[in-house]
Amino acid sequence: MKLDSKIPSGPLAEKWTRHKFNVKLVNPANKRKYEIIVVGTGLAGASAAASLAELGYNVKAFCFQDSPRRAHSIAAQGGINAAKNYQNDGDSVFRLFYDTIKGGDYRSREGNVYRLAEVSVNIIDQCVAQGVPFAREYGGLLANRSFGGAQVSRTFYARGQTGQQLLLGAYSALSRQVANGKVKLFPRTEMMDVVVVDGKARGIVTRNLITGAIESHSAHAVLLCTGGYGNVFFLSTNAMGSNVTAAWRAHKKGAFFSNPCYTQIHPTCIPVSGDHQSKLTLMSESLRNDGRVWVPKTKEMAEKLRKKEIAPKDIKEEDRDYYLETKYPSFGNLVPRDVASRNAKYVCDEGRGVNETGEAVFLDFRDAIKRDGEDAVKGKYGNLFDMYEKITGENPYQTPMMIYPAVHYTMGGLWVDYNLMTTVPGLYALGEANFSDHGANRLGASALMQGLADGYFVAPYTVGDYLASLPYEKIPEDHAEFKKSEEEVKARVQKLLSVNGTKTVDHFHKKLGKIMWNHCGMARNAAGLTKAKEMIQSLKEEFWSNVKVLGTGEELNLSLEKAHRVADFLELGELMVDDALHRNESCGGHFRDEYQTPEGEALRDDENFAYVAAWEYKGEGKEEALHKEDLVFENVKLTQRSYK
Amino acid sequence: MSWVSKTLNSTLGKKLLMALTGLFLILFLVVHLAGNLQLLLPDGGKSFNIYAETMASNPFIRVVGILNFGFIALHAIYSAILTRHNKKSRPVAYAMTKSSANSTWSSRNMGILGSLILVFILIHLRGFWYEFKFGEMPYVTYDGETYKDGFAIVSAAFGNIIYVAFYVLSMAVLAFHLSHGFSSAFQTLGLNHKKYTPFIQKLGIGFAIVVPALFALIPIIMFIQNS
Amino acid sequence: MNLTLKVWRQKNPSDKGGFKTYKLSGISADMSFLEMLDVLNEDLSEKGEDPVHFDHDCREGICGMCSLYINGQPHGPHQTTTCQLHMRSFRDGDTITIEPWRASAFPIVKDLVVDRSSFDRIIQSGGFVSVNTGGVPDANEIPIPKVIADESFDAATCIGCGACVAACKNASAMLFVSAKISQLALLPQGKVEKKERAEKMVAQMDKEGFGACTNTGACSAECPKEIKLSNIARMNREYFSASLSTENV
Repeated sequence: MKLDSKIPSGPLAEKWTRHKFNVKLVNPANKRKYEIIVVGTGLAGASAAASLAELGYNVKAFCFQDSPRRAHSIAAQGGINAAKNYQNDGDSVFRLFYDTIKGGDYRSREGNVYRLAEVSVNIIDQCVAQGVPFAREYGGLLANRSFGGAQVSRTFYARGQTGQQLLLGAYSALSRQVANGKVKLFPRTEMMDVVVVDGKARGIVTRNLITGAIESHSAHAVLLCTGGYGNVFFLSTNAMGSNVTAAWRAHKKGAFFSNPCYTQIHPTCIPVSGDHQSKLTLMSESLRNDGRVWVPKTKEMAEKLRKKEIAPKDIKEEDRDYYLETKYPSFGNLVPRDVASRNAKYVCDEGRGVNETGEAVFLDFRDAIKRDGEDAVKGKYGNLFDMYEKITGENPYQTPMMIYPAVHYTMGGLWVDYNLMTTVPGLYALGEANFSDHGANRLGASALMQGLADGYFVAPYTVGDYLASLPYEKIPEDHAEFKKSEEEVKARVQKLLSVNGTKTVDHFHKKLGKIMWNHCGMARNAAGLTKAKEMIQSLKEEFWSNVKVLGTGEELNLSLEKAHRVADFLELGELMVDDALHRNESCGGHFRDEYQTPEGEALRDDENFAYVAAWEYKGEGKEEALHKEDLVFENVKLTQRSYK
Repeated sequence: MSWVSKTLNSTLGKKLLMALTGLFLILFLVVHLAGNLQLLLPDGGKSFNIYAETMASNPFIRVVGILNFGFIALHAIYSAILTRHNKKSRPVAYAMTKSSANSTWSSRNMGILGSLILVFILIHLRGFWYEFKFGEMPYVTYDGETYKDGFAIVSAAFGNIIYVAFYVLSMAVLAFHLSHGFSSAFQTLGLNHKKYTPFIQKLGIGFAIVVPALFALIPIIMFIQNS
Repeated sequence: MNLTLKVWRQKNPSDKGGFKTYKLSGISADMSFLEMLDVLNEDLSEKGEDPVHFDHDCREGICGMCSLYINGQPHGPHQTTTCQLHMRSFRDGDTITIEPWRASAFPIVKDLVVDRSSFDRIIQSGGFVSVNTGGVPDANEIPIPKVIADESFDAATCIGCGACVAACKNASAMLFVSAKISQLALLPQGKVEKKERAEKMVAQMDKEGFGACTNTGACSAECPKEIKLSNIARMNREYFSASLSTENV
């Protein structure tokens, strides 16, 4: 199968406009004859469901949480990028496009990224019109800040709760359509399968999480807006419920999965405090603007710190290693996320980690407090410091914060073309669930932008284009394909309940997480990955023979829910390892020890790997097949990233 | 006028009635207190008796008096309706609550406080208002005019230590009721502003202390004077 | 540390339910409250007992999914969400009573899980600005004074957890409803529909069976996002002025 990205022809800046003109339209009176399923109600899902309903389509929106407002987009802190150039500092659509391509280490599509930058400006307008309370200047106009090392101030924000405010905006638009009767909501409902009839996605099978009922929903198109799969690592900044199940089931029904190994590890998270840890908490990246990262120069001193024989303040200036500032004099503590993360790992691997587990570095505000005063620091970071103190019980005004990298975002996802359609016609993937815009590494404040771009401004056009050529008739929900799928789901529930082994679901999830983190985390190598593959395979085997899932299928059953998700993570984990192993280069969120520059930076191989890896499911127990979509760069020059 | 009943039947509308009637009763307390304080004038009850007669014969005051009864009734009835509604909103109670951590005792017990005040009002009305209106009253003459001698009745009542104690205790209950009710009424009416609310809250506490204290002081003084 | 937990267990909405007592040992002070419950659930699962069901998702205090009435207070002793409550707030040997949110508008689903869809229906009744995607003015076309934007933001931080309802002795949802009414009434974008919105949202709130406000202030004192009581006053204002002036006779 030849992958066709369907990038429109013509100059970069005109592609989207031309495409919008060329797409087929559905007559307004006929829109109500189509039914669209949207799975997930985060930024991408809620915005898509609301926008499609506004156009007149009938939408069914599904989420596993108790309310659409809980989707994990809500937790995004920093902000949302848009090429508004309100600050007159030289920003433009092209610059945002360029930064995103470069930040993604040249592993994303020019056409998609340019469109993202282009519609970014509309997103801000839309959100403001909905009543999203963005930060403002005293003159009443919108405020911006520079974020994640960007050279321009293009990030719009709502204190440290930008994701929350944007999601509540999309949720309110969605709620309005629910009231209008154009959207039907299905909370506490998990998608278990995509139903494909005659090669087209024609519906889904769901499990009602309260009653356990397995139900079929027929539609003309299915949009998966189900987020990323960072929880494959067990510990991540994702919500406890975030999972890959919807995307993975789609993958097994024919949707290719792209670049699964591209994982973003965020450098400023609160370190793990013990085995009981259930998730990791991100501290906004903005802390690196004023905080200085360091560890002791010697292992011995770090050892004493770990044993609490000395306190951080006892370490003299000349015994401190401000490793980012020394190694990267021009960017210092503001190097991109992957660089900061990897260097934290290196110093900890050398035995210079500073907390009990040996996996933490200091982020010190002593000098900032000395320079600007405690009040100024409090003004900027007060809420973050409070949050840190709440979680760790330590006061960061008096003793340096401790941070360590944690899995934060997954750039990989379902392969989609320019229309956001997967390799299954009628099946779309939006937001973090697709692979399309961030390449091998995502820039700060770009996730919110992409989710909303896909939902508000892309899918409403491209889905219509597909529907226009489809008959109005819906496939009846008692069609053989639906029934078959329902039976498969029921059989799987039964299978999980009947293993009746000795180990809990979390036991397997934690084990998988450790394997992934150690061998497919911040730095990978062929030997480790090969070993990891074997380990995952045997863990999977053990799971299906020894997992203990209590209760029944006909009730609210948290361990059954988790078991479904972990079973899929086990399969995805293996594919991630395959992908990481085949990509013999380092780029962005994928760092292979074997491929680095003499200075220890990621070494790309543009000649052999400037492509999107798209994996095709071949059946139970079979190796997946690799397809390649070559990336063509006509508007940017590929360069080696350097932050020296 | 369906919109009126719709508004007044909403939870907010019912609260509005509570606030408005409550504020009226607060005003009434001030007027009542002004009259009562005349009991303390060293003129053998003359000012008080003349004042009482004037009030009873003034048509405006009589209308207000009737309204006053109506408002007391409304305040009580609506509080009963709201309490029932609120109980229905939480049919199963918590096994353990630590509400002292988040609210004052009086704010949570306005119903009990209000019921005690209602009992007081009924006894109070029976003892004074009913006697004054329908009872066998002694008469006095000032400057050729005859007046009902309410002072004598009050004075007799306040000679009874049990009645004085009941009165003073009731004023304490009133104080707690007012300590929440005063500022709460403004909040319900939507009158909350950074600039004025702190003042209203202080005023409310001040009112809740001073007014019941003055009310309570009168029987105490009269009891001491009598004995 | 060692703890005794008294946990409300209820198999389903029609089950009567009751407290069950569990002993836990080896709890670290660094655990979050939910992680402590994870330990309990792992123990229970290994013993073959049904784990305690409770709602939770982001575990960083923003999604609003976690609940729990802990020792007589929603989200426990501090003004934060349960997921941000840590065991260092308790002492070795403590007995902790854990109950679900209790309100007729929040029916119990199982154990400590309640159904808060009444909040969604209140938002659906009017908690939005009626704009379609596209065709909106430039974001900087309407300047909004910073103080107004900030006040609106303060109201908008509500996470919809329901602690206000749980804390209120009347199970009133006024703080939740007023936060949304305030957020939108303060902004020029939301002003257009503010009267209709106030009327509709209050009507829906009443329909769901929430209690009335007696201004005890418990909601605000327990709100993990510190939503202010002045929002309730603003809602009252908006509602009464709407009643007096809208065209709905």
